[in-house]
Amino acid sequence: MSKIKTTEQIASASLYYAVYIALVILTIGTVGLSFCNLQNWHTIVGLIIATCKATLVALFFMHLLHSARITWLALFAGLFWLAILMSLTLTDYLSRSWLQY
Amino acid sequence: MATRNASVRWHHFDSLQHQQESTTLGMWVFLATEVLVFGAIFTGYTVYRVAYTPSFEAASRQLNLLIGGINTIVLLTSSLTMALSVQAAKSGQRRKLVRCLGLTALMGIAFLGLKAVEYYGDYRDKLVPGLSFDPVQWTAPDVHPSQVQLFLIFYYCLTGLHAVHLTIGIVIIAILAWMARRNVFSPHYYAPVEIWGLYWHFVDLIWIFLLPLLYLIGTRDRWL
Amino acid sequence: MSSVIAPYRPQSAPEPAPVSQLDVNYLNASYGVKSWLLTTDHKRIALLYLVSLSLMFIIGGLAATLIRLNLLTPTGSLVTADTYNKLFSAHGIIMVFFFLVPVVPSVLGNFCLPLMIGARDLAFPRLNLASWYVYMTGAALILWVIFSGGVDTGWTFYTPFSSKASHTDVVPALVAIVFAGFSSIFTGLNFIVSVHRLRAPGMTWFRLPLFVWSLYATSVIMLLATPVLAAVLILVGVERLWGIGIFDPALDGDPLLFQHLFWFYSHPAVYIMILPGMGIISEVITCFSRKNIFGYKFVAFASVGIAVLSFLVWAHHMFVAGQSAYSALIFSLLSYLVGVPSAIKVFNWTATLYKGSVTFHTPMLFALGFIGLFTFGGLTGLMLAALGLNVHVHDTYFVIAHFHFIMVGGMVMAYMAGLHYWWPKITGRLYPEMWGRVAAMIIFIGFILTFIPQFVLGYQGMVRRSHVYDPQFQVLNVLSTAGASILAVGYALPLTYLIYSLFRGKKAGPNPWSATGLEWQTPSPPPTHNFAVQPVVDCGPYEYSLQSAELGADVHGN
Repeated sequence: MSKIKTTEQIASASLYYAVYIALVILTIGTVGLSFCNLQNWHTIVGLIIATCKATLVALFFMHLLHSARITWLALFAGLFWLAILMSLTLTDYLSRSWLQY
Repeated sequence: MATRNASVRWHHFDSLQHQQESTTLGMWVFLATEVLVFGAIFTGYTVYRVAYTPSFEAASRQLNLLIGGINTIVLLTSSLTMALSVQAAKSGQRRKLVRCLGLTALMGIAFLGLKAVEYYGDYRDKLVPGLSFDPVQWTAPDVHPSQVQLFLIFYYCLTGLHAVHLTIGIVIIAILAWMARRNVFSPHYYAPVEIWGLYWHFVDLIWIFLLPLLYLIGTRDRWL
Repeated sequence: MSSVIAPYRPQSAPEPAPVSQLDVNYLNASYGVKSWLLTTDHKRIALLYLVSLSLMFIIGGLAATLIRLNLLTPTGSLVTADTYNKLFSAHGIIMVFFFLVPVVPSVLGNFCLPLMIGARDLAFPRLNLASWYVYMTGAALILWVIFSGGVDTGWTFYTPFSSKASHTDVVPALVAIVFAGFSSIFTGLNFIVSVHRLRAPGMTWFRLPLFVWSLYATSVIMLLATPVLAAVLILVGVERLWGIGIFDPALDGDPLLFQHLFWFYSHPAVYIMILPGMGIISEVITCFSRKNIFGYKFVAFASVGIAVLSFLVWAHHMFVAGQSAYSALIFSLLSYLVGVPSAIKVFNWTATLYKGSVTFHTPMLFALGFIGLFTFGGLTGLMLAALGLNVHVHDTYFVIAHFHFIMVGGMVMAYMAGLHYWWPKITGRLYPEMWGRVAAMIIFIGFILTFIPQFVLGYQGMVRRSHVYDPQFQVLNVLSTAGASILAVGYALPLTYLIYSLFRGKKAGPNPWSATGLEWQTPSPPPTHNFAVQPVVDCGPYEYSLQSAELGADVHGN
């Protein structure tokens, strides 16, 4: 049986507050950047910042950092399958104009 | 060991810890399925977004970023209090646990209240396809009213589904707070707080992605 | 009378408890309707599912009967076009969502999985019960929809017909299917956590029975695909209720988006249906050849491979729908790839049979039928994956014959094999072996007669989902309906003799097949907590070579 990591480490409250401050700063950042003229980069920048925030929430608030390997696998599986759904669907839509019947 | 805790161990687990690890894994597996529910709707949204970019950007600019932004902060704060609740449960601080759970639920309600205000504002601004929508308002070049409606439909589906999940979360957190008041949890047994904390953080995660994908896809020039 | 067969007993198995008239098992541990409707025992929940799923199968079969009766004449004189549309929709919806997807996981999986891994129950027993109630809610709703007018969209609910033009109760049907989906998500979640966290000491991953591997792979698919179905059906419901356009081309929507999202679930769904059946075949083939499975790891990894690859092929249902040619190319290639792990399994089962000590009990007959029919049907699947051929046979009876070969010739036969194989364990009774063999033969013959003509019909151009057809096709249609009547007799037989065996069948011992596996180390029927002492595992799941040599007669002394 695989070693199961237990959540004995009780994170201190100050870590949570620090993560929270970072999240708020990132939020202000992403909203502020939307007022700048980034043209086509808005989505990418927004998604990058959102991914950073999500990583912080997952690793620290959701204790992913101290979780068992299988937990990481479950989350990874969900994200990977979503990537399959999106990418293969988009291969249809993005290539429709390449060949005119 | 308090007798109350002894009765909650299920017969097919070796120990409370074994049970706790299993229920945590169960919740993570469930959250993976939720990634795909929202992800499917995101996929539909992405397909249309790629095809109808000008209309989608124009529609996005009309959303109420002030409320959207404030709601984001509200939800992040509720995630903080939820994390603090789990920590309080682990360290046996009953009063702090009740307080933090209560705050989490309250902030969830605040989110819903602000969302309702936002929806009403959208209705007033004629941004609700099928209910109140005026094609004449959308006359910019490359912007088509039917494509704008597609954006708005996805906006309501995504935020609506999110709100449903949040409501379920609020009810459960409230029940957990009530259970905590009755001293059900302890450092040995706090699995329900942990797993519904995971659920709550996940609802927050969805909103973290909804904000840029719905409100911030084009250059904004106004808050409302 | 039956001769004594030395029971299989690995060194570490606990002593089986003495069988006596006063033995308490899960069936008689408590009485009363409440003890069944509020049970958290996985074995009782499996029986609840068995009863409800059998009922759904009968209703779905009745719809098929009416379809085939209508197709006896080219003018479709039995029912109107509208009714015919509702009939094939009902048949498809019930059989796909309310029978094939849940049947093996929720009946045989629920019953056997904890026993096979040496656990006392699944990880979340109350969730297990909840999954049955959620299923029943969906089933009640869909039956209400069907009997109060039905839906005419087909089980595929293509837009914009389903979201705009259809005048039937589409939204309640969608809700019912979403409920059925949630039921399967709960079951899959339970299985995955159980396999990860509740295995007995010594039960490593590569000592798991292959049925467990297949259930695990099935659960992965259930968890990752079903949410997408829920999402897309909700979107269709929203479109229908609010009169807006998400998939409506008149409003700049794309009907193909619905199809992409729908088939992202529905193709993996067919693997949800077949994978547990393949797991059953691995169990039955090894037992009735008295041999270890050939290439255990290959079969185990093939299950996982099928689960992963099944998600990469969905658009082969849409080759002629309007997707881009390049996308079609990619999906065609990937569809060929997904045939490989299935073929590996067929090779390995065949190699297991080779030089085995084969006996032809009922489960084995069904299993051998599966191998033949599934292989044949699978080959026609490869034919369909070819773009050129697909254009010719899409929406014809060729496709119908293909998937019925897999689903009925494959999956239902595998279910029959498993039901007969584990029947002594579940009920503590032996079914009448002669009748079992007769039923297997009748089902096999009836099946072939029903569906081989449909391949020919499809290739000749008979279109599906139409209550009338060109008169040139009548002979083959009559043949197919005749076969269906034989098939019906074949299915009625097990219904009869299995129920009969509950009252008059010979009592079964703990291991009537002398099979390996932890489920056979406990009495038949098992006690509520499965094992008196937690078993410890020290060998692989199919170590028939360890068994003593006294294997001559079978349990019936034949």
